[in-house]
Amino acid sequence: MATGNPSVFLLTVNGQIEGANFPEYDNLYCKYCFVYGHDWAPTSGLEEGITQITCKGSQSSHRLIWNFPLETTFKSTNPSGWPQLVVSVYGLDVFGNDVVRGYGVTHIPFTPGQHTRTIPMFVPEPTWRLQKFTSWLLGRRPEYTDPKVVAQGEGREVTRVRSQGFVTVSFHIMTKDMKKLGYDTGPSSPLNTPSATSGWSTEEQQYTT
Amino acid sequence: MWPPVFQAKVENAQPQEVSPEPASRLQSLRDRDTVTRFDRAVSILPQLSAMIASKGVPTAEEAYNFFTFNFEPDPQEETEKISRKRKKQKKASEGGDEEGGEDDDEQEDAESEEAPLVRDEEGDLFVIEQSSQDFLEVKKAEYIGYRKCIQQESELLFRPSFRTVPTSIKLPENMKPRFLEDEGLYAGERPPVSLTNENILENRILKTEEGKKWFGDDGRIMALPDPIKESSTRPPLFQMEEDVDPALHTVYRKAVKSKYAYLYIAGSADPEGDYQLDVDVSGLIFSHHPLFSREHVLGARLAQLYDQYLTRQHNNLTGHLTDKLNGSRIALRNMLNVHGSQSLTPVMQQRISEYSLEVRNTRQLRDSEQEKDRTLLKNIVKVWKELKAQRDLQKYTNTPFKLYLRRENVDRASDEREYEDEILAEVVELEAESEEDYQRKLAEYKTQLEEWKLWRRKQVPARATLINQQMLEDEDQEASESEGPVEEGHPKPEPPEKPDFDSIEQQVREKASRIRRKPGEAILIPELSASGNITASELCPRPETARREDVTRRSLFIKILYNDKEVSRTDSRSLNSDFKVHFGQIFNLKIVNCPQSISLQVFEEIGSSCSLLAQVYIPVPEPSVLTGNGTLEEFEFSSNQRVMFDHDGVGSDVPLSFEADGSNKQTLLTSGKLSCCVSWGIGEDDVPLAPPVSQQPGGLHSGLGRLDAVTYIGASGLYDMKKIGEWATQSRLDPNDPKNGSIMQLLKLASSGEVTAPEYFRLEQLQEEFNFVTDEELERSKRFRLLRLRSQEVAEFRNYKCVPALEREVTDKVFQEYERRLKEGEEIDTRDHLDPQRARKAKQHQKIREAVINRFILAKHHFLLSDLVIEEEIPSPGYVILGLNLFKLAEPKRPLKPQRKERKKVTAQNLSNGDIKLLVNIIRAYDVPVRRPQSGRPGQSSQTAIQGSDWLISQVKYTSIKLFHTADCQQDLFLHLVQVRPFVEVSFQRTVLQTTTAEGPNPCWNEELQLPFSAPNGDYSTASLQSVKDEVFINIFDEVVYETGSIHTRVEKHWLGSVKIPFSTIYSQSRIDGTFKVNTPAVLLGYSKERSHGTNGGYDALRSLSEGAFITLFITIEPQLVPGETIREKVSRIQFDSQEDEHLLQAAERFERDAARVYLDRPCITTVIDLNGKTVFITRYIKPLNPPQELLDAFPENSQEATALVARFVSLIPSLPDRVSFSGTCDLWSTCGEFLTLLAGDEEEHAVLLCNYFLSMGKKAWLIIGTAIPEGPTAYVLTYEQSRYLIWNPSSGQYYGQYDTFCPLQTVGSLVNADNVWLNIQEYTSPMTINFDVSKANLWKPFFSRSFTHPGLSSVQVNKTHLLSHLALHSIEKILKEKIMEWRPRHPTRWNRYCTSTLKQFLPKLELSGGQDMAEGHRHELQSLLGDHRISGFPLHLPFSEIGPIIEAVHSTGVHNIQGSNVEFALAVYVHPYPNHVLSVWVYLASLVRT
Repeated sequence: MATGNPSVFLLTVNGQIEGANFPEYDNLYCKYCFVYGHDWAPTSGLEEGITQITCKGSQSSHRLIWNFPLETTFKSTNPSGWPQLVVSVYGLDVFGNDVVRGYGVTHIPFTPGQHTRTIPMFVPEPTWRLQKFTSWLLGRRPEYTDPKVVAQGEGREVTRVRSQGFVTVSFHIMTKDMKKLGYDTGPSSPLNTPSATSGWSTEEQQYTT
Repeated sequence: MWPPVFQAKVENAQPQEVSPEPASRLQSLRDRDTVTRFDRAVSILPQLSAMIASKGVPTAEEAYNFFTFNFEPDPQEETEKISRKRKKQKKASEGGDEEGGEDDDEQEDAESEEAPLVRDEEGDLFVIEQSSQDFLEVKKAEYIGYRKCIQQESELLFRPSFRTVPTSIKLPENMKPRFLEDEGLYAGERPPVSLTNENILENRILKTEEGKKWFGDDGRIMALPDPIKESSTRPPLFQMEEDVDPALHTVYRKAVKSKYAYLYIAGSADPEGDYQLDVDVSGLIFSHHPLFSREHVLGARLAQLYDQYLTRQHNNLTGHLTDKLNGSRIALRNMLNVHGSQSLTPVMQQRISEYSLEVRNTRQLRDSEQEKDRTLLKNIVKVWKELKAQRDLQKYTNTPFKLYLRRENVDRASDEREYEDEILAEVVELEAESEEDYQRKLAEYKTQLEEWKLWRRKQVPARATLINQQMLEDEDQEASESEGPVEEGHPKPEPPEKPDFDSIEQQVREKASRIRRKPGEAILIPELSASGNITASELCPRPETARREDVTRRSLFIKILYNDKEVSRTDSRSLNSDFKVHFGQIFNLKIVNCPQSISLQVFEEIGSSCSLLAQVYIPVPEPSVLTGNGTLEEFEFSSNQRVMFDHDGVGSDVPLSFEADGSNKQTLLTSGKLSCCVSWGIGEDDVPLAPPVSQQPGGLHSGLGRLDAVTYIGASGLYDMKKIGEWATQSRLDPNDPKNGSIMQLLKLASSGEVTAPEYFRLEQLQEEFNFVTDEELERSKRFRLLRLRSQEVAEFRNYKCVPALEREVTDKVFQEYERRLKEGEEIDTRDHLDPQRARKAKQHQKIREAVINRFILAKHHFLLSDLVIEEEIPSPGYVILGLNLFKLAEPKRPLKPQRKERKKVTAQNLSNGDIKLLVNIIRAYDVPVRRPQSGRPGQSSQTAIQGSDWLISQVKYTSIKLFHTADCQQDLFLHLVQVRPFVEVSFQRTVLQTTTAEGPNPCWNEELQLPFSAPNGDYSTASLQSVKDEVFINIFDEVVYETGSIHTRVEKHWLGSVKIPFSTIYSQSRIDGTFKVNTPAVLLGYSKERSHGTNGGYDALRSLSEGAFITLFITIEPQLVPGETIREKVSRIQFDSQEDEHLLQAAERFERDAARVYLDRPCITTVIDLNGKTVFITRYIKPLNPPQELLDAFPENSQEATALVARFVSLIPSLPDRVSFSGTCDLWSTCGEFLTLLAGDEEEHAVLLCNYFLSMGKKAWLIIGTAIPEGPTAYVLTYEQSRYLIWNPSSGQYYGQYDTFCPLQTVGSLVNADNVWLNIQEYTSPMTINFDVSKANLWKPFFSRSFTHPGLSSVQVNKTHLLSHLALHSIEKILKEKIMEWRPRHPTRWNRYCTSTLKQFLPKLELSGGQDMAEGHRHELQSLLGDHRISGFPLHLPFSEIGPIIEAVHSTGVHNIQGSNVEFALAVYVHPYPNHVLSVWVYLASLVRT
C-alpha cells in the first residue's frame, strides 16, 4: 500500500443524497450519476443509482427525504475533469406519467472532510406555449437527451430552463496521495505541514477554534 | 307609575283612541324649540292648575284617555303637553271646542286622583322654576351664512393660488431672469414637482417676508439637483413564493465576541500561544483614612517620617557626598602641591578650576543633604513628642508606635577635631572662592571704569555744542535710568568690596551648627517600634469606641481591571485597627489582547454599600519580569472624597489642627499604599508566557509605529528600497524572526544590488508569477504535450485515458504513431502498400477525410435545442395529432393486442468491454450448394462408391435437371445419394461461433449466436462506434466427415459461401432483418449449385431472376445503442457556404420536411453535401458520363453484356461507407470524378456513377433513394429497358427485376434524375407494389413543378478521361501464402504447384465470363487432378483496395483450418486491371487431399 511514488491519486466519496425541497411536487425519486474527465476512472462503488420514491411527511415542512448513500472511489492522474455529481429528480404527474422535476449538478468537493451541498435544480422549458400545454397534457415534458448535459457547458446556450427546488447532498471526502503528486487541496494552515503519511488520511483536517 | 300590564290592556281596548296622537306629536316636533327638562315642570303644572280651575269631573272615557298617557318624562310626552297647551290657548281664543273640553275633563280627572302627589311636590317644583327663569335664556341658534363665513375666514386664512406666478414678481425689480443652462453652465436636473404644487409653494413663499430670497436668478424656486438615481443601486431581492433562496437565508448566530477583536498579540493564533499575566495583590496600607483618630494621624506621620529616615539611611547620600568631597579635595591638593611651584599650564589651570568647581558643588550638595537629615531627625522627634502629648491628652492610646532614640556616644576629642578640620577646610575653600570672586569683580570694575572715563571725556564737548540733542537724550536716559547720575549717561562703577574673611568663618560655623550635630554630641538613632499597647475599647471614651466600631464595620476589596474591563476581584477583607489590609491573592490572567492598561480599584464596603476609594494604574511589566523574579511594589493612591464623622475619626478633606489654639490647620486626604506585583506567568514547562519583545505592549507607543512599516514610512515608501532599509534598521527588526523573513530577504537583495525597482509601469505585474513553468519547459514536457494534443482532439489522442500524473511515466512510445503520421504527411510510404498509386490515393483520401472531420468537429460543438432537449414536436395544425394523442390517454394499460415496443436505448457512454453483444439469429438458408459425388476413391462407403462410380452420369443428370426441371424419380435418387450438411459460422472481431449442423440444401437452424463486441480503445462514444470498420462474416460451411480407418473420423468443413455485413450498418440500423443472398464463389469444387426442387414449385417462379443461395438472418446489438445522429441538418444550418439559390434551398428544405412529416419511412434527399462541405442540389450530380471505352468495346454488339460489364466495373470500385470514413459525421457525396480519383465511396457514389454511365449509354435511368438490406438508407439505380424496370445494386453490380422477391431494395422513397426529384406518394413503398411511372402526378410528387420550375441547374460532373492501368500485383499471392502458413503454425503447409498453375490459368477466364457459367469447363480442366485428389476449393472475387480485406476474406473461409497429414493447398491470385486503376482480384483457394 505504501508505495513511495504513487502514480495515481484516489478520491473516495462517501455521503448521501439527503433529500430535496420541491415545494410543488410530491412522490419524487432521484437518479444520480457521476461525470468525470478522461483521466478519471472509478475503482469501486456505484457510478449510477436510483433512489426510492419518497413522499412528503405530514409534519415535516416540505422536505423529501431519500437518504440515499453514495460510495464511490475514483482514481485519477489529473485533477482536470474532477468528478461531478449529476442528480435528476423525477416524479409522477397528475396523469401518472413519469416526468422530470429537476436536473442539477455539483462538483465533488475536493477538500477532505465533510461537506454539504444544496443543489439548485432546474428543468428545460418547452419552446412554445402550446407545447407547454400539450406536454403537460401528455405528460411528456422536455427532457435532456442525457442528464449529463448539465455537467457540461457546451451547448447550454440553446436551452431555456426554469428553476425548481433544491436537492441536498452531503459528502465525506477522503483523498490519498494527492499531496504526493503535488496537489494541495487541504485548508491552508500556516503552521504545521503534516508529514506525509501512508495509507488513507483525511489530509489536514484541522479546525482551529 | 302604572303597571305595564294594565297599560297594555288599555291600549288593546282602545286602539282608535291612540291613533290621533301621532299627528299632534309630529306637529309638536316641528314646532318645538330648545327645551330643557325643567320645562316639563313649567309646562305641566300650569296646565294642571288650569285644568283644575276650568272643569269639573271628566267622563270615564276621558279619564281612560288620560290614564293611558305616558307620564314618563320623555320628550314625546313633553311635546304632547306643549301641544295641549297651545291648543288650550287656541281654545281660549276661540271659545273652546269639544276636544279641548274633553281634554280638560281628562286632565281634571287625573288631577283628582293624583292631586296629593302633585301637591306634595309643588313646593320643590316652584323653587326649580324660579331658578331656571332666573339664569336661563332660551334663544334661537345663530346661523351664519356660508358666504359670510367664507368672507370671515378669508380675513384670517390665506389660500395660496395655484396659478403660475409671473416671473416679475419673483425677481427683484428691473431684473431679467437669467437661465444658467442657456449660458452654458451646468444646472442640475431638478427633482420633479408637479406644476400645481410648485405654484402653490411659490405663492405661499411670496406672501412671507423676504420671500424673494427663495427664488434663484431664473425666477424659479431654488432647488438642489435631483438626488434620486435613475437605477437602483441596491441589488434587488427576489422573494420566492415560499422559500427564500437558501443562499439568502438568514442564519441566526449568537453574537460572539471575537477572541481577537483588536490588537492581537501576534502569534497568538495558535491556541497555546496565550499569554498569562500574574497579578499579585498583596495588601494595602492607609497613610490616611477618614477613620484615623488624631493619634493615628500623628502615628502615620511618624511612620512616614521614619520610613523616610530609613530610606535616607539606606541610601546614605550624605556619606557618599562626604567621601566624594574629601576625595576631590585631596586630588586638588595633590595637584596644587605637585605643580604649585611651577607655572601652571593653561591645561592645568583649567583642570584645577574644574576640580575646585566640583568641590564647591559637592559641598553644597552635601550640606543640603546633611541639613535634610538633621531636619528629618528633628521632625521625627517633634512628631513623637506631639504623639506623646496627644496620648496624654486623650488618656488612651490608639497606636502601637513607640520611638526609641538610641544614643551612640562618640569620642569627643576626635569628633571635635574632625569638626574643626572640616570647618577649616571649608573656610579655606570659601576664602579662595571669594578671593577669586573678588579678583574677577575687580577686573570687571576696572574695565567698566575705563569705559566710563572714556565716556566722560566725550561727554564734555558734546554738551557744549549739541545742547538740544543732549536734552533729548537726557530725556531718553531719564526714562531708562530713573536713578543714578542724571548728568552722566554711565554710572560710575564702584569698586568691589574686599571679601570679609572673618565673616566667612562666622558663616561657616553658623551653618555647621545648624546642619550638623555638635562636636562630641551623641549620634541619635531613632528606632520606631510598634510594640506599644493599645488601650482596650472599654477603657476609651465614647467617641473613640464609636470610631473603633466604625472601623470594624469596614472592609475592603480590590477589583482588577484589564484593558478597562474587570477581570477579577479580591475577597473582601475587613479593615484592621492599624488600617492595614492584607489580601495576598494572586490572579492569573490569560490574555489575548495586547495589554494596554492594568489597574486596580480599591473599594470600601460599609455594610452592603460599597464605594470606590481609589484607582491605581499599574504599568505593564517588561517581558523579562516573570512571576518568580517580580518584586512587590508599592503604589500610592489617594482619594479626594470628603468624609466627616461625629466621632473621633478625623475624616478626610477636613481641616485638622493639632495645636491647642486650632491654628496651623492641615487638611488630610484619604491616601495609602497598595502593594502589588504584576508579572508574566510561567508555563508548565518553565516557558515564560510573555509575548516576544517586539510585540511588547510597552513598546506600543514607541515601537508600534516602527513595527508597521506602512505607518512609519507611508505606503508610497514601500516601493523605495532605501526607505524600507532605513526603516528596517531603525526599528531593529529581528532578522531571525520568520515573520520578518521576507523583508530581510528583500533588503538583502536590495543591498546586493540585484533588484532594482523597475522604472517602468507594468500592467500585469503578476504575469511572471502566474507562469508556473517557463514556456520552454512546457514545450519539453511530454505530459503537457499529451494533454495539449488531447484537448486539440488530435485523432490519436482524442480518447486517451488516464494521462499519467508524472512526467517520467509518459513514454515516448505514445507519440511514435503520431509523429510517424506527421512525417508521412510529406512522404508517402509505399512499403505497406502493394500499389504505390493506390497508396497515394489512400493518402489523399485520408487527407480529405481529416479535413472533413476537422470541419465537423467544429460543427459538433454547435448545439441545437434538439441535441440537448427532447421534447414533443409541436403538433402541426393540419393533423389532429393532439386528438390522436388524447385518444391514447384513454387507451387501456394492457391492450389485448399489444404493439411491439422499442427496446430501451442505451447511451453509449456508460459501456465497457463485454457490455455489448452482437446477436445474430440465423434462421434458415435456401439453396445451399450440395456435394458433388466424387469418383474413384478407395475405401469409401457404398454410397460414395455409387457416387464416385458414375461421375459422368451425375454430370448428365445435373444438366438434365438444370435444363428440364423434371424427373422426380431421378431427383429422389439424387437426393438420397448426395447430401450436404451445412452449418453457419459467424466470425466477428476474430471471435468465431457456429451453429449446429443441419442437413440438406434448405436447412433451418433458428439459432441465436451471441458475439461479444469491443470497441476500439474501449471508447464507446458514438463517433467511435460509427467508425468501427469490422465486419460480421456469416459463412456457410459443409461439414464433411471422413472415416479414416475404422474408429477415427475426420471432420472437415468446406466453405460454401458467405455474407458480409459491416458493423457500422448494424449500428446505424440497430437491427437487420432479412434474407440475403449468399455470396457463393463462382466455382465450388466438389459442389454443385443445385437448386433444390422441393414441392413448392410456385415458389420457384418468384426466383426466376435470382440464383444462388440465400440465408435469412436477424442481427441486432444488445443492448440497443443509440445510433449516432447525422449532423446533416446541423451542417446545413451552419451553412457551409452553398452556391445554390436561397429560394431553392428553402424549397428543398420544405420539400424534405413535408416528406419526412407525412412519410416517415421514405427517405427523400434533395440537397447533399459535397466533399468541400457545400450544399449542392442533388440533380446536379446526374449527368451522362462516358464509361471507359474499352468496356463498351468489349461487347460492341451486345448492349446487355456491356451494361453488365459497366455495372461490374462500378461495383469493383471499393466501397467505403461514409460513416466509416468520416467517422459518422455525415454523408458526403463526391462527384464521379472525385470518386474515381479516390477509388472509394459509398453506395451513393456508386449509384450516381452507374446511373451516369447508363444515361450515357442511352438508357433511361434514375437514382432510387430508398432503403435496402442490409445497407439501410441507400441509393440504387433504376433503369427502364424493354418495357420493364430493372433495379441495379451498384455495389454488387447485380440487377433485379421489379418483381424479384429477393431484391435487397425494400422501400423506394424518391427518384432522382438530372431534371427533377420525385417523392413517392403511393400507398406502398416496396418496389414490387409500386408504379415507377413518374409522369403520374398522383403517384409521384415532383420537386420542380409548374409553379416552381427547374432553374436550369448545371451539373457538377465533368467527363473524365479514363486512364488505363496496366498493373498486376504479383506480391499478393506471396503475402497470402505466408499468411496461410502463419495461421497454421503447428502443421506443415504444402503447396501443390501443379494445381496452383492450373488454377491460375483458369482465373482469367473467370474474370472474362464475369464469374458465371464457367464451372463445367473448369471442372474438366481439373479432371486430371481429381483423379487422385479430393479437391475442395473456390475462387474469391474482391475489388481491390488494400491487402487487408483480402487477407481477412481468406481467413474467414477457414481453408487453413483443414488439418490432416496429407493435405495440400493451392492458391492462385489473379488481378485483372480495369481502366482507371480499378482492379479486380481473384483468389483461388483450394485444398487437396490425396486419396
